[in-house]
Amino acid sequence: MEELLQELQEKFSTVILTVETAKKDLPTLICKREGFLEFIKYLKEEKGFDYLIDLCGVDYLNYKYKNFEERFEVVYHLYSIPNKHFLRIKVRISESDCWQYSVTPLYKTANWFERECYDMFGIRFKGHPDLRRVLMPPDWEGYPLRKDYPLFLEPEKDWEPYKELVEKYQKERGS
Amino acid sequence: MSPLIEVTKKDVVSETWEEPFYLNMGPQHPSTHGVLRIVLHLEGETIVDCDPIVGYLHRGVEKLGENLNYNQAIILSDRLDYIASVANNTAFALAFEKIFNLKVPRRAQLLRTIVCEMARICNHLLWLATHALDIGAMTVFLYCFRDREWLLNVFEKICGARLTHSYVRVGGVRLDFTSEIIDELYKFTEEFPNRILDYETLIDVNRIWLKRTKGIAVVSAEEAINLGLTGPCLRGSGVPYDVRKFRPYDAYEEVSFIVPTGKNGDTYDRYRVRMEELRQANSIIRQCLDKLPETEGQPVVADNAPDLLIPEKRKSAVALPHPKKGYFFKAKEEDVVPPGEAFASIESPKGELAVYVVSDGSNKPWRLRIRTPSFVHISAIPDLTRGHLIADLVAIIGTLDVVLGDSDR
Repeated sequence: MEELLQELQEKFSTVILTVETAKKDLPTLICKREGFLEFIKYLKEEKGFDYLIDLCGVDYLNYKYKNFEERFEVVYHLYSIPNKHFLRIKVRISESDCWQYSVTPLYKTANWFERECYDMFGIRFKGHPDLRRVLMPPDWEGYPLRKDYPLFLEPEKDWEPYKELVEKYQKERGS
Repeated sequence: MSPLIEVTKKDVVSETWEEPFYLNMGPQHPSTHGVLRIVLHLEGETIVDCDPIVGYLHRGVEKLGENLNYNQAIILSDRLDYIASVANNTAFALAFEKIFNLKVPRRAQLLRTIVCEMARICNHLLWLATHALDIGAMTVFLYCFRDREWLLNVFEKICGARLTHSYVRVGGVRLDFTSEIIDELYKFTEEFPNRILDYETLIDVNRIWLKRTKGIAVVSAEEAINLGLTGPCLRGSGVPYDVRKFRPYDAYEEVSFIVPTGKNGDTYDRYRVRMEELRQANSIIRQCLDKLPETEGQPVVADNAPDLLIPEKRKSAVALPHPKKGYFFKAKEEDVVPPGEAFASIESPKGELAVYVVSDGSNKPWRLRIRTPSFVHISAIPDLTRGHLIADLVAIIGTLDVVLGDSDR
């Protein structure tokens, strides 16, 4: 595992910012967004990381121990079933430039993970074939898992098709 | 696939009826195992494409978990996959224990392994019952529910609840087994292999069953890994990936069991894998029960496990020299848990259930991410159904073993 990390660090010195292994349950790589796709492609095709366990976003707004500027992190958990290697890869994304490359062409399982990440955090994924909300209704406003999204009951809104029907009915009755 | 809004768009101009035919299935359909909605694009009776729509059962467990403390979050986990809730409890507890740096006592590990395997049997019995019912075999349903009832009664004796157990807690388990429960479980493990034979007699070589399951939804090994299928769905394609073997947790290192795999990757192989898993789960329970007397009388919760109500801050006294007389003490606020992140995954009956926690030092998780197997399995439905008949879609939803509470969170 350490050899692999060293090899990756040498080969992708421009992409990998830091490698953290101390005090972590998994070796953690922090990557830059530029060149990320080539890096993941190399991991999948050359190093046997064939299984994307999880993809999720984390919002670090006002986090107490934050030592970086960007607001969001997209966290990938990659596993290699033949070699039993496990990696955590993080990509930091700022709020003003809120997008990340999609890995759906490489891992089909990323499709819905990325949709969910967009749904919950508003991070757009470039190259995703069908980016729309998955868990929340399509006409939902706001991104629920952001830290500045308040936790209270949403005021009830009129259902759009129903409103249209009522307006249509009233129009017909009026004329 | 583009969003299916314009349902009457004409693609080809011709004299015959060439409009694409869309059919809505669910959310209130008995074969979708909950509130799964699927928009089907049909050509005759063949499915050209489909678009599963989830979220009707979305309760925001991740957001709620960020606003409750660690022990309270475990209660939420019961409501994810409500058929095997101890498995969810275990996944949460394992992740939180990594954050708290806790070591679980051996007896608690054995008890956890027993209840996890009991949950697996419960889940697979319910799966077999409903899957067979969908395909048209009514009798299996009754047999399976009879035996599941037996295990649910044992669960009731263990922790007082039949479905939402909350039995596993951070640092161990809530209660020890009584001798009555151990006797009951011994009786169950004696009897259960015969019951499995009963089910197999009913459907294993049944002609209708074979026709409905053989060659349906065939997935190759690479495709299955790429789609993110886990659990019996992946093992049915011949990949022996099992978290219990690859990254052992609790007492799975001590017990011996084999990971059954299929060959063809079709619905029938996945059925066979699950039937073998029932036997393996039974043997794991038996092995753990045999090991229990060694640990008789040991605690079932770690000594330094957090209280049920975790305080927001911990205060410790710091002695400072007083200018006039001796010392004075000042309260210093400390973090309740060390900040950091942890990832834990278990082999839940449906597949790999993973929990990723980020802690900021307070008593609440900063981020609680749950990777549920059902969510991933539903996302694989379009790739599995292309080219099949509508009637097979029901078998495919059944074979993936989805629970909508698990998928929608």
